[in-house]
Amino acid sequence: MWEYSEKVKDHFLNPRNVGEVENPDGIGEVGSLACGDALRLTFKLDENKRIKEVKFKTFGCASAIASSSALTEMIKGKTLEEAEKITNQDIANYLGGLPEEKMHCSVMGREALEAAIAHYRGQKPVKEEFEIVCKCFGVTDREIIKAIRENDLKTVEQVTYYTKAGGGCAKCHPKIEALIEKVRKEMGQGAPPPKPEKKKLSNIQKIKLIEETLGREIIPALKADGGDLELIDVEGDRVYVALRGKCSFCPSSEVTLKQYVESKLREFVSEDLVVEEVRS
Amino acid sequence: MKTVYVDNNATTKVAPEVLEAMLPYFTELYGNPSSMHFFGGQVQKKVNEAREQVADFLGADPSEIVFTSCGTESDNAAIFGTLDSYPEKRHFVTSRVEHPAVLNVCPYLERKGYRVTQVSVDREGHLDLDELKESLRDETALVSIMYANNETGVIFPIEEIGEMVKSKGIPFHVDAVQAAGKIPLNMKKSTIDMLSISGHKLHAPKGIGVLYIRKGTKFSPYIIGGHQERGRRGGTENVPYIIGLGKACELAKKNLEEENTRVRALRDYLEAKILEKIPNTLVNGDRYNRLPNTLSVSFEYVEGESILLLLSDLGICASSGSACTSGSLEPSHVLRAMGVPFTAAHGSIRFSLSIYNTKEEMDYIIEHLPPIIQKLRDISPFWKDYLKSKIKD
Repeated sequence: MWEYSEKVKDHFLNPRNVGEVENPDGIGEVGSLACGDALRLTFKLDENKRIKEVKFKTFGCASAIASSSALTEMIKGKTLEEAEKITNQDIANYLGGLPEEKMHCSVMGREALEAAIAHYRGQKPVKEEFEIVCKCFGVTDREIIKAIRENDLKTVEQVTYYTKAGGGCAKCHPKIEALIEKVRKEMGQGAPPPKPEKKKLSNIQKIKLIEETLGREIIPALKADGGDLELIDVEGDRVYVALRGKCSFCPSSEVTLKQYVESKLREFVSEDLVVEEVRS
Repeated sequence: MKTVYVDNNATTKVAPEVLEAMLPYFTELYGNPSSMHFFGGQVQKKVNEAREQVADFLGADPSEIVFTSCGTESDNAAIFGTLDSYPEKRHFVTSRVEHPAVLNVCPYLERKGYRVTQVSVDREGHLDLDELKESLRDETALVSIMYANNETGVIFPIEEIGEMVKSKGIPFHVDAVQAAGKIPLNMKKSTIDMLSISGHKLHAPKGIGVLYIRKGTKFSPYIIGGHQERGRRGGTENVPYIIGLGKACELAKKNLEEENTRVRALRDYLEAKILEKIPNTLVNGDRYNRLPNTLSVSFEYVEGESILLLLSDLGICASSGSACTSGSLEPSHVLRAMGVPFTAAHGSIRFSLSIYNTKEEMDYIIEHLPPIIQKLRDISPFWKDYLKSKIKD
């Protein structure tokens, strides 16, 4: 059973502001039946451009309903500029915290607010302009980057908890990992880092460099443990390798590959490389 | 607040008779059955009796009973113990709707280089027997199929499958964790080579299970240690729990009829009333070929965890195949394998009854469930859309 705070329980059992505002100034809709949660947020402004009335309808679990209810209470009486500053963390804090696995509910609240404000301003829904990283749940790179930044996320698992991205077929995990690395690097240095001065490699140069790096940095260490690794193919930025010897039986081989081989190849060859294991 | 416990496929109450039978073995009768002295010997005698009770319940010989720590261990032991006995055979057949104790072994086996066939089910939850038949080949080491599904209660035609499997000379394992106590089991007249059961699903405590292994079945022990369980499972016997399970099996045999008459009638009553009182409600799985105690229903346009928590607030304990309850983001693998649409899969609730449930409890659920679903539908953005679309039609 989830450990929900008293405030989450209260907002779930007695949700505030349920319904739809008549003739709303802004409508924000996020999520879908397939995804398992969805939120429709509607608001109306008063003459001073403050949110006079706001209502929600939510399909989802207790924390999704509570997050929606909390959001409406938080933004009532605020100007759009003030409301815009609310982060998903603010929603979670208002509720006395959410289980980490449920943080995506607070993110859904923030996204619905953003969509409703965009709708009021006559802007296009932002989703279309960005790349969809997670196809199972339709999550864009923009949403993932924002969640990483605002919540200081470090792992793919955390990104899944906060955005749902990567919670389905898991094919997008390498992409999410790359985003985490990119964003964290930028966060560490305050401003986006200047592109490293690595010259563009031709395919042959790249393969050669990968081979050299594997031979120098990786294979000796694996061999010391009774394992080995063979480069099978390179396709664009995808590096296909097969584990040999002891490594091929090791249940932690996936971790070995991801964390060790990939980081070395990214360090010495190209930051965009993704390592995949093949069995042959 | 009263508790209405209708989550018996998750776990059951320990029968008072079972607890009573166990207690002396925590206190004065603490001997080790393997000891040479009288103090251990008297315990061994009771363990033997329990083994006979279990064997009697399964229609097996006591020597074919191996006590384990749980259903998961029984399933794992059956799979690994068989694969280990046929190292040259690298193919494993099971279904897409197994319990995680079998299901999650599949990717592990694939990583080890095994080929795994997971037979699909149709919308009613029935196995595709043609697909199963076609998947069997010389290199198939084991077929493992559950007797009845834990989420929907749908029963598989185990003997028909067994005929198919045995005609090819392939070992056949059956996970009967949910079926035991609800479907009569008789290993003497069965094609099953190995069968798993779990104590806590039939009113024994958690932490005890059984693997039945037919005489003559090749089996390599999964837990290696002492000579206990005839060398098929090392480790000092969990005496009080074994004795408790023996008693539970004796009771289960007696209660089999009640499960199939009174409990079935209660379940049918609950189902009929829910369908009558709540629109847009679907029953998941074949309603006729189903465990007598299980009811999986989907309430469209609402989400299962919300329903469970509102029920829980009234003391009603059920479970859900919704994504949110498990911490995963997708609804249950069983409902997805059956192709239950998302409108319904997220709003699925499982009620699973036991002999301890009463008609008053069913009435309590029937009284409180409709307003809960209505409340959530009023909050759901899809319900009004659905009603609007209906008016247009």
